[in-house]
Amino acid sequence: MATVTLPKGNPRTKLLVTLVVALALPVILFGAVLVLATIAKPEPVAVFVREVLHHDPATWPFTGLVYGVAAGLLTFMILNFGAVVAAVTIWWEMRVSSRMQSRIGYNRVGAGGFFQWIADAVKLLLKEDLIPADADQLLFRAAPYFVFAGFGLIFVALPFGESVIAADLNVGIFYVTAVTALVVVGILLAGWSSNSKWALFGGMRSAAQVISYEIPAGLAVMVPILMAGTLSMQGIIRAQGAWPWQWFVFTNPAALVAFVIFFIAQLAESNRPPFDLPEAESELVAGYLAEYTAFRYAIFFLVEFGNVWIMSAIAVTLFFGGWQVPGVAAEAYEAARGAGALPAPAWWGLQVASMAVFFVKTFLVMNLVIWIRWTFPRIRVDQMMNLCWKYLVPGAFATFVATLLWQILVARVPVASTVSGVVLFVGALVALVQMLRLAKQNVEAGGDQVDLSNW
Amino acid sequence: MQITAELVCFWIFAIPLVVTALGVVVARSPVYAAMNLVAAFFFMAGLYVLLAAHLIAFMQILVYAGAVMVLFLFVIMLLSLDEEHPQRERRRAMQYVGVLGAVSLLAVLASAIARVPDAAMSTLAQPDRFGTVKAVGQVLYTEFLLPFEVTSLLLLVAIVGAVVVAKERI
Amino acid sequence: MVPVTWYLWLAAVLFTIGLSGVLLKRNALIVMMSVELMLNAANLTFLAFARQSGNIGGHAIAFFVIAVAAAEAAVGLAVVIAIYRTRGSVNVDEVRALRE
Repeated sequence: MATVTLPKGNPRTKLLVTLVVALALPVILFGAVLVLATIAKPEPVAVFVREVLHHDPATWPFTGLVYGVAAGLLTFMILNFGAVVAAVTIWWEMRVSSRMQSRIGYNRVGAGGFFQWIADAVKLLLKEDLIPADADQLLFRAAPYFVFAGFGLIFVALPFGESVIAADLNVGIFYVTAVTALVVVGILLAGWSSNSKWALFGGMRSAAQVISYEIPAGLAVMVPILMAGTLSMQGIIRAQGAWPWQWFVFTNPAALVAFVIFFIAQLAESNRPPFDLPEAESELVAGYLAEYTAFRYAIFFLVEFGNVWIMSAIAVTLFFGGWQVPGVAAEAYEAARGAGALPAPAWWGLQVASMAVFFVKTFLVMNLVIWIRWTFPRIRVDQMMNLCWKYLVPGAFATFVATLLWQILVARVPVASTVSGVVLFVGALVALVQMLRLAKQNVEAGGDQVDLSNW
Repeated sequence: MQITAELVCFWIFAIPLVVTALGVVVARSPVYAAMNLVAAFFFMAGLYVLLAAHLIAFMQILVYAGAVMVLFLFVIMLLSLDEEHPQRERRRAMQYVGVLGAVSLLAVLASAIARVPDAAMSTLAQPDRFGTVKAVGQVLYTEFLLPFEVTSLLLLVAIVGAVVVAKERI
Repeated sequence: MVPVTWYLWLAAVLFTIGLSGVLLKRNALIVMMSVELMLNAANLTFLAFARQSGNIGGHAIAFFVIAVAAAEAAVGLAVVIAIYRTRGSVNVDEVRALRE
């Protein structure tokens, strides 16, 4: 078993400050999103105008303005959430990777280097913003904003909890797929406007990769849509149950395959390793990022790591039952809400529980993404294209047709999906236990040491 | 006319739409033309949302901004057509005639629009259903089933045609 | 409520801009972009009338227009690449092999 060495000395204050911030940050961010998403709706705003400002919301001309301010605050908080999540993901990924590679990792700023992301951000903001002399000035400056817009717009339709979503669009998942397109445009622009061959190659590779992998990803997304009968993010979650054997990924064997295809395609779409060919350091210097410095570079990085959260959250929404809390039926939320203008305390409690469930699931999928990055070597361009067009696209079509048949022929019998759910869930559980056992064996064979002395 | 949120949104989308559309024609470099067009498509999608066409609006973004414009940018960069032509080509008489024709078309359209009765927008029976995936899908698979299937054939022909034309050796 | 004629005016202006782009520009790619602009102007009128009459059929037509535009772009760009390969230019004035 692992031997644990504790740090020398007594860095208690450092640890305390880090712990307080690390715990307060998610509470503040999630809390603000929860509160603002609840009050930035027409009815609570109307109540606010009537009770607090003493105007009739129907005739008062500035009701729209109050609503706009509430919606603007929500947007601001959600963008902050995206930025902080991206930054903390970087810290977490660096800690996990250093553990996997027996390195020390971030350990300078704060306990466990937790504040490294703040230090990095300050450093990048203070650096000189270089624009190459031969670059296309305007497009070079604009490209990061395209990428950031594509990233920020996704949060509009990204669920956080049972009622916590900026806008539950009836074309939800379709919207998410559509606005991702802006990221590709931004990356192409970044590559072209840098006026450097490395950047251009990187941009072209990225565009080819992203639009190729959009096809299997889009087809795999069709599977949960077919099973739920709606495109709305919340609708897809509501169509699933809370227990693992009621999740879409297990209730239909084709959906399990679809999830694997979706996951691989999403890895490729967000340029994550092993599909990080657009910025392959060993061949292309840094791809489309090669000429970027300081703040603009920071934006690209933020989007890249923020996308890890987004792709995990979408996977959880589509396949892993989203925010469904086990044991809480759909009617319970409605019943707990009460008749008042603002929901009753029990409702807030349920919302917090649903957000916690969603967060934990997303965090687990995120870890999977990180493990994959530090486990697999980068693949070649031709392998990347082969994988997409020869395996993933036909596979996605097959799962699509299989799901159609399943929905028509098998799902008529309700017991079929339960049986499939239980069998596949038990299978997944066995595979997980087997994997953990193997990992433990390997760790013990290698003589693992957890060295916290230099934490 | 009372100022409503819809009116404000209309102008917010319409003015930049015309500006970016002009930008497509005026821009000297194809990349700038393409960027203007991407922006124009986004403002256009905003107008579609105002017209309660949610599905078409996001399809517009997905197909145009996501696929068509990436294809355009790809070809521009592949052929490295950054500058249109260094020396300003002389405008030939035909081009002035062309502008004249375009303006006269606008006049014809104007006279046609002037005759459109300024009826109010219909109050929709089910405003929350109009333009959703369900509503459009229902029409596509009943009333427009044949055109829908023919469209899939058209897309297949386009894929094969594009590969045959663009590839040097097959 | 925005009256339907405003949308029609907007569409007419866009269509004219697109048409003048087709007639004025010599770069085949910009000509194609102008065509996309014209198709979009047509879509705008379809959707405006669909909204005015409460008839969802206009959305179906707009859907077909988008599909046709995508097909047009794919084939058109393939032709542009083929022309560039044989002539080294995408100027539409220089492509008149059939005439000479």
